[in-house]
Amino acid sequence: MALIVENLSTEPRASRAFWRGFMASPSAVTGLVLVVLVLAAAIFAPLVAPFDPVKYNPIDRLQGPSLKHILGTDLYGRDTFSRVIFGARVSLSVSAIAVTMALIVGGGLGALSGFRLGWFDTLVMRLTDVLLAFPAILLAIALLAFLGGGFWNLTLAIAIVYSAPFARVARAAVLRVREDAFVEASRALGASNPRVLWRHILPNAFAPMLIEVTLRLAYAILSEASLSYLGLGTPPPAPAWGQMIADGRRTLELAPWASIGPGLAIMITVLGFNLLGDGLRDVLDPRLRKR
Amino acid sequence: MIPFLARRLLLALFALLGVVILVFVMVRLVPGDVVTNLVGIDAHPTPEQLANLRRLFGIDQPIHVQFGKWFGALLTGDLGESLRTNRSIVSDLALRLPVTLELTVLALGIALLIAVPLGVLAAIRRGQTADYLASLFALAGLAAPNFWLAILFILLFSLQFRLLPSGGYVLLNENPLENLRHMVLPALSLGLSLAAATTRITRSSLLEVLNLDYVRTARSKGLSERVVVYRHALKNALIPVVTVIGLQVGTLLGGAIIIEEIFGLPGIGRFALEGINLRDYPVVQGAVLVVAGAFVLVNVLVDVLYALIDPRMRYD
Repeated sequence: MALIVENLSTEPRASRAFWRGFMASPSAVTGLVLVVLVLAAAIFAPLVAPFDPVKYNPIDRLQGPSLKHILGTDLYGRDTFSRVIFGARVSLSVSAIAVTMALIVGGGLGALSGFRLGWFDTLVMRLTDVLLAFPAILLAIALLAFLGGGFWNLTLAIAIVYSAPFARVARAAVLRVREDAFVEASRALGASNPRVLWRHILPNAFAPMLIEVTLRLAYAILSEASLSYLGLGTPPPAPAWGQMIADGRRTLELAPWASIGPGLAIMITVLGFNLLGDGLRDVLDPRLRKR
Repeated sequence: MIPFLARRLLLALFALLGVVILVFVMVRLVPGDVVTNLVGIDAHPTPEQLANLRRLFGIDQPIHVQFGKWFGALLTGDLGESLRTNRSIVSDLALRLPVTLELTVLALGIALLIAVPLGVLAAIRRGQTADYLASLFALAGLAAPNFWLAILFILLFSLQFRLLPSGGYVLLNENPLENLRHMVLPALSLGLSLAAATTRITRSSLLEVLNLDYVRTARSKGLSERVVVYRHALKNALIPVVTVIGLQVGTLLGGAIIIEEIFGLPGIGRFALEGINLRDYPVVQGAVLVVAGAFVLVNVLVDVLYALIDPRMRYD
């Protein structure tokens, strides 16, 4: 009982220490601010965007940046700024769902393989070897070539590609703690395998997984943009950043802002997740702290 | 060394076999099947016509028979023929492989030329302006999509200053100078993100090595900082850099697909994308197989190189 009380009382202390470390890390704070900004823009897009992102306005076509159109307009007279804001919805939702799927499937299999070892571990690791034998974007392109484009196929392709790195990270994290004294102790007390894994091992794999999630979100956004650029993403007219850059290329000399705007949005979002990931690594894993 | 190499080669062979199986399975993921996709619903083919076509493409047979035939042909270096042009895929790939290789090697060269000096400078000027500028470059380089950089470079160097061509390709053996002019922007667009990643790892690795005892000994012997950094520390600091480059080759090969498309380079990436657009599935299969195979090989080479540089690896 005393132990439980002590554990309960240390949890808020650990959380306070985490937030203190987090707030002291310029990377983490800057990253969080950028991510929150993009997330808020995506959620409140109808309120923030000054114009309808899909409505054609032939009179306003290819206008330069002005007070009315901060990032100018595209070939069809659509406001680039409004399309960039709505584009955040596609980019963030594809990336978030894909990374969650990869985390559940890849992370789950990786954790189980590190816990069970033996033939199951060999099987999972050889499978990840195969997936990692493809350059990430090539595997996604190949999958989409055969599955066809669209929101869900795009999400699925990115999820498949990133499940292998999650499996590796989860396995490594589980292997690090599976022989520790507290795991031995819980086994000795008669805890079942699922309980040992769920209650004792996985919470200790939380930090590396959280860092991996943040950094993978950055990669997923870049992948989504690349695939959309190639026309393998969500179908038009719904705005997607990669697709917008591809469209803007046709009018590059006349209206460069149509490509520059969405590119900047990708860069800010990826930068946000990268900084957040770096910051979390600094706070959660002092051994990996960058110099 | 030999057990290490044998184990590494065995794993690579397993991975390659997996790649072959996955690429074979991918074509079977096509909704409906290849034939109905190729013909299209609008053509209103009769069931007999579809059956004939399936027989022609060999997809009327059980899947293990199809795989056996396909794999057997693959072992003899036969990747089949393009459904659209009837040309041998292997000979088309052979024409396009040098373009992709040239692009990748140039991008790697540019990345190293930028990253190693910048990473060293950032490490020896830690906490100073040069360090902050290098970190800023690394952060921006990692966040900017390469296809967007390519478009910005076209805008700047081709459309504004008219210095370099915005697309096209000249054979290296025809006119090396023109070839280089056409490859500068693609290689720069592709190489910058690798330069960013390599700058970061060079900096942190050199900082780590500069704190080691043997470096302190070198300094206490009275050696100049220049000799300490370049003769003693950098060699060891570059070991993790080799690993990162090995891992990033995949990113380069993948990125080459989009860069080739943007600059109209007739490489494997563009070949694959043409295959996708025309639903020429054997072409896509062949291109994916060759790129993935090349990636597996590069990773084996990097591991061997790593074992040669760092003897500890051989006994790991």
